[in-house]
Amino acid sequence: MSREMTLGEALVEALSEAMEQDRRVVLIGGGLVSSGPGAQRFRAVRERHGNRIKSPPIAELGYCGIAAGAAMAGLRPLVDIGTATFSYEAIPQINNEAAIAYSNSGGQTNAPVTYFMRYGIRGGGGVQHSGSPQPWYWNTPGLQVAMPATPADAKGLLRTALLKSQDPTIFMAHERLLGERGTVPDGEHETGFGKAAVAREGGDVTIVATGVQVPRAMAAAEALAKDGISAEVVDPRTLEPLDTDTLLASVRKTGRLVVTDESHDNCGVAANLAALMADLAFDSLKAPIKRVAIPHVPIPFAVPLEDYVTPTAGRIEEAARSVLE
Amino acid sequence: MLPDMPRDQQLDLLRKMLMIRRAEEHVVRFNEEHEGLIRGHFHIYIGQEATGVGVCAALAREDYVFSTHRNHGHVIAKGGDPGKVLAEVIGRETGYCLGRGGTFHVAAPDLNILHTSAIVGGSTALASGAALAAQVLESDAVTVVFFGDGAMDEGVAYESMNIARLWNLPLIFVMENNYRRAGRVNTDHAADDLPNIPRALNLETVTVDGDDVGQVHGTLKELVRRVRAGEGPFFVEARTHPWPGNDGAHPELVAGLTDINWAWDASPVPENVRSWYAEGDCILAYARELADSEGCDRDTVVRVDEEVRREADAAAQFALTSPLPPPEAAVRYAYAGRGD
Repeated sequence: MSREMTLGEALVEALSEAMEQDRRVVLIGGGLVSSGPGAQRFRAVRERHGNRIKSPPIAELGYCGIAAGAAMAGLRPLVDIGTATFSYEAIPQINNEAAIAYSNSGGQTNAPVTYFMRYGIRGGGGVQHSGSPQPWYWNTPGLQVAMPATPADAKGLLRTALLKSQDPTIFMAHERLLGERGTVPDGEHETGFGKAAVAREGGDVTIVATGVQVPRAMAAAEALAKDGISAEVVDPRTLEPLDTDTLLASVRKTGRLVVTDESHDNCGVAANLAALMADLAFDSLKAPIKRVAIPHVPIPFAVPLEDYVTPTAGRIEEAARSVLE
Repeated sequence: MLPDMPRDQQLDLLRKMLMIRRAEEHVVRFNEEHEGLIRGHFHIYIGQEATGVGVCAALAREDYVFSTHRNHGHVIAKGGDPGKVLAEVIGRETGYCLGRGGTFHVAAPDLNILHTSAIVGGSTALASGAALAAQVLESDAVTVVFFGDGAMDEGVAYESMNIARLWNLPLIFVMENNYRRAGRVNTDHAADDLPNIPRALNLETVTVDGDDVGQVHGTLKELVRRVRAGEGPFFVEARTHPWPGNDGAHPELVAGLTDINWAWDASPVPENVRSWYAEGDCILAYARELADSEGCDRDTVVRVDEEVRREADAAAQFALTSPLPPPEAAVRYAYAGRGD
C-alpha cells in the first residue's frame, strides 16, 4: 500500500518516525520545514518531541558546528538550515570539521549529522536565495550528498540518513519540489544510499539527472518519445556514494549521454559525472557527452534573465537531440 | 596555593605537569636534532601546564575535552599516553590517530577527546555540541573546551557562547590567555578585557591565575560540580605566562632542557630568559611550593622528575622507533559507511 503526499510532507514523516524510533535523533532549526508544505504534520512532531527540537539563534556557523559535535558525542542531529546559501556561513564547521573527523581520528570518531537545505532557482529568489552548492559538498571527502527527486525517495533517503548513516550527509531538496506530490510506500520505507533509480527506461539516449532535473528530464523524454526517440532517465539519488554501475550500464546500452544538474557548470555535478562516464565508458560512446547546467554567472533576478540560466526540460531535450545527430 | 587533595595526588599533578614539559621538550628536540622529522610548523604547551593539568584533574574520564592546535599537553593532562601522543606528532602508525592527524590534530577518542580542530576557535562549537549531546542523553558528562585568547577574534566562539548560554549547556569555556592572539604577540582586541565578551552574554565568568595549579584545580572543581548540578555554562579566563621559546612558528629550547633544580637557583639559566624561569614557570613554582610544604622535601620532588624523565625518554623512543603508516592507508577512513 502507498499514500500520496508532497515531498515536504514526506520529509516530515521521515523525521517524525526517526524521532519516534531513536532518541538520539534531534532537530536543530526547523523554521522552514514548519512553514512549508509539511507544516501541519510538523506541528504534531513538535508537540510530541519538543524537548528534542532546538531553535537556535541566526548563527549557522555556530549551530552547524554544534550539530557536528553533538553527532561526534552520540546524537544523530538533523539540522534544517533552510535556504542552501545560508549553509555558506557554516562551511568551516561542515567541510572542515564534520567532514574530517572520521579520517582525522583514524576511524575512531564519526559524525552522523544531516544538514538539510533547500537549493536551487526557486523563482524570484535573487542570487542569495537561489544557490546550488551540491558541487561544493560533493568536492569534500567525508560528506555524503543526497538529492531526492520524489516524495518516496525524500522519505526513504532521509530515514537512511537519520537512522542508518554513520557519516555526515548533505541533504538537498529543490525548493520547487517541496510541494510536488507523489506516492510514498507505507511503513518504514527506506532508500539506501548509493543506489540509482532508472526513472524511465529507454534505448536511444541516457539522461542522468539529479533532484529537480529528474522531472525536467522526464518531460524531455516524453517530448522526445513523440518523435520516436527513446530516452532512459537515470537518477543517482545520492552523489556520494555514487552508483557508478547503474549509470555505466545505461551508458553502455545507449551509447549517448546527457548529464544535467541545476548547479553551475564549472567543476559542477554534471561536469564530474560526464568526466567519470568518459573515463569508464569511452569505448561505448557514439557521440560527445552533453552537459545541461547553469552558465558561469551569479543567478540574476528578472524573469527573462532567470529563465535564461535555468536548465529547463527544453534545454535537456535539445541536448538529447544534438547527441543523436 | 597547593591543591586541596591528599599528598600523593598533589604529587600526581606534578608528575603530569612534568610529563607534559618533558614530552614537549622531546617534540622540540625532534625538530632540532632529527633533520626532516618534523616537516611543518608546530605548537607546544610549555609554560601552560598548570592550566591543563589543573582543569583535567577536576574531570572524570567520561567528561569531554576539546583542544586546539596546542593540544599535546591537554591530551596528556586528560590521561593520554605520551608515547602515542609523540608518535602522532611525527606521523607514526602507533599514534593516537594512526598518523592521520599529526601534531595539529592529536585526539584521543578513548579519553573522550573526540576530534581536535587546529582552526582558531573551531572547537568551541563542537564542544557545545558534545555538551548538547550530554544534555539530551541525560548523561552526567561535563564538556571543557580549551582555546587561546586568539579564539576571541573568531565569530564561531561568540556564536557558541551565545547558544551555550541560551540552551544552558553543561559546558565550561576555558580561555588560556597566553597573550599571543593567532600567533601575533600583544595585539589588541576592542574589548580590552576579553571576559567582557562572555559577560555581555550573561555567562558567569571567572579569572584565575593559570600558573597556579592549585587555584585552577580548586576553581574548576567547584565549576564542574555546579555544571553537573545544571548551573552551566561557565567561562574561565586562565592567565598564563607565555614561554619565550614559543616565539615564532618553530619553538626552540631557549634555555635547554628545564632543570628542576632551577626551582631553587635559576642562576644557570641564560640571562635573557632567566626571569621567565625564575618567576613565570608554573612547574618550578609548584615544585618549590611542594618541597616547602610539611611532610615533603626537595628530594621527593627531584625524584618525581627523574621518574618522569625516564618515562618521557621511553615514550620518545617508542615514537621514534614506531613504523610509518603504509602508503595505501592514505585512501582509507574517508567514510565510516565504507567499512574501512
